[in-house]
Amino acid sequence: MSVEIEFVDVVKRFGSQTILDHVNVKFTGGQTTVIAGGSGQGKSVSIKLILGLMAPDSGHILIDGVDITKISKKELNEIRTRFGVLFQGVALLDSITVFDNVALPLRERLRLSEAEVKSRVEQALAQYDLQGQGGKFPAQLSGGMKKRVGLARAMMVEPLVVLFDEPTTGLDPQITKDIYKLFFETQRVYGFTSIIVSHDIPKVFNLADRVVVLGQGKMSVFEQPEDIQHSTDPHIIQFVQETMGQVYSSSYELA
Amino acid sequence: MGVIVNGITKLGQVTTYHVQDAGRMGQFLCAAIGGCFARPFRFREVVRQIRLIGMNSMPLILFIGLFSGMVIGLQGYHALRQVASEGRLGVFVSLTLVRELGPVFTALMVTGRAGSAMCAELGIMRISEQFDALDCMAIDPFRYLISPKLIATLISIPILTLMFDLIGIAGGYLSGVVLLGVNPGAFMTGIEQKVTDADIYLGLYKSLAFALLIVWVGTGRGYLLHKIQSVGFGAEAVSAVTTQCVVYTSIGILVWNYLITAVCL
Repeated sequence: MSVEIEFVDVVKRFGSQTILDHVNVKFTGGQTTVIAGGSGQGKSVSIKLILGLMAPDSGHILIDGVDITKISKKELNEIRTRFGVLFQGVALLDSITVFDNVALPLRERLRLSEAEVKSRVEQALAQYDLQGQGGKFPAQLSGGMKKRVGLARAMMVEPLVVLFDEPTTGLDPQITKDIYKLFFETQRVYGFTSIIVSHDIPKVFNLADRVVVLGQGKMSVFEQPEDIQHSTDPHIIQFVQETMGQVYSSSYELA
Repeated sequence: MGVIVNGITKLGQVTTYHVQDAGRMGQFLCAAIGGCFARPFRFREVVRQIRLIGMNSMPLILFIGLFSGMVIGLQGYHALRQVASEGRLGVFVSLTLVRELGPVFTALMVTGRAGSAMCAELGIMRISEQFDALDCMAIDPFRYLISPKLIATLISIPILTLMFDLIGIAGGYLSGVVLLGVNPGAFMTGIEQKVTDADIYLGLYKSLAFALLIVWVGTGRGYLLHKIQSVGFGAEAVSAVTTQCVVYTSIGILVWNYLITAVCL
């Protein structure tokens, strides 16, 4: 089962600046969509709108046909139980251990027994190469480890939608590659709908089924990552020139 | 003309902001109280918070209570001696502590120690998106984090106040009876005869009201940090809002103390 997300005529402003200007876009279920664009163009805002952490000034955000701008907090929480989120700053709870962070959704959302929580968390820590780190606090981890803990926490309840905001910012190339590989393998197994916001262009396009480029308040959708290079839109051309080298045409490096 | 229009506009903006802020704080309090009744109940977290807020404040409370009682005993002795009423020192010390200084000093100490800590903790969680993470995991931050602090503070502060009163009276006894030679029988008899249940209940009501104020302002300012104007951003915002929490709570305690006393006496 995959979840579709749709922006219908969405407008979002901050003061006099229009971040999203009557945006219409559909994030297809079971696919990975990469949202790219310059700084301050509304990439993270788009993620927060999908999560219901921000409300649009006008327009609708549909998740499997349900308009989340019109539902109660309880109903929104029900929808959020299908989400796995990795924030740009990871947002691990810093006063509890790595183990407790990863266990949090299992304890609070699924209310599993402690024995089952322990077994599943240890399995996840092993899967994300975090063996022996469960007793540490987030402040005692490196940036790459924190991202992996965030990833483990996000994937703990087998989400139907995964939203990653800058998953590899500030990481070295090897760790970035490891995280992409981990994501690629996990997505292949679970088939969730995923939206990745990233500056890591063109590398992140290896993961993408589709690419959305944000600029001037508009979202331009490309059904293939390679299509972005053939755009005639001057803003996209400028973005391509500023950010991209050669776009990789296959994902063999990650497979 | 332009200056007047600008002034009125600014006044309107400031008023609107403060009304909205008060509304948000009111909603926050309702949600925090609601979180106390949400299931599953976080009993272990409440116990942990009682340890942090109550047990860890105890040495400070006992130390300050002892010296407050001693200085009241000292001042009271010299004042009462002028009207040849040193025997009334026990009544003087105990009523001062039980009715006024015990609840107020305890609340001010807990504000400085635990209220500011709650505010800073929640402020840091806000700026590092930890509340957003809880929201996204569909975990109610009130039930998970804030309501246990509310329950723990409501349990801890009356007990700390009682400890403060007892050690303060002991301090008064030490300076009045042991050091200055007041008759011990007169000291204790005065307390037994003049300190009534009503005095003790007054102190208890005050300590409960102050506890609510401390946890409300402490957690509320931290949790709503992103909505507060003119505190800056990041670490500076946490610092400013923590100072704001201590100032607001301290002022609130003193004003509230006067109002409760005026109504109850």
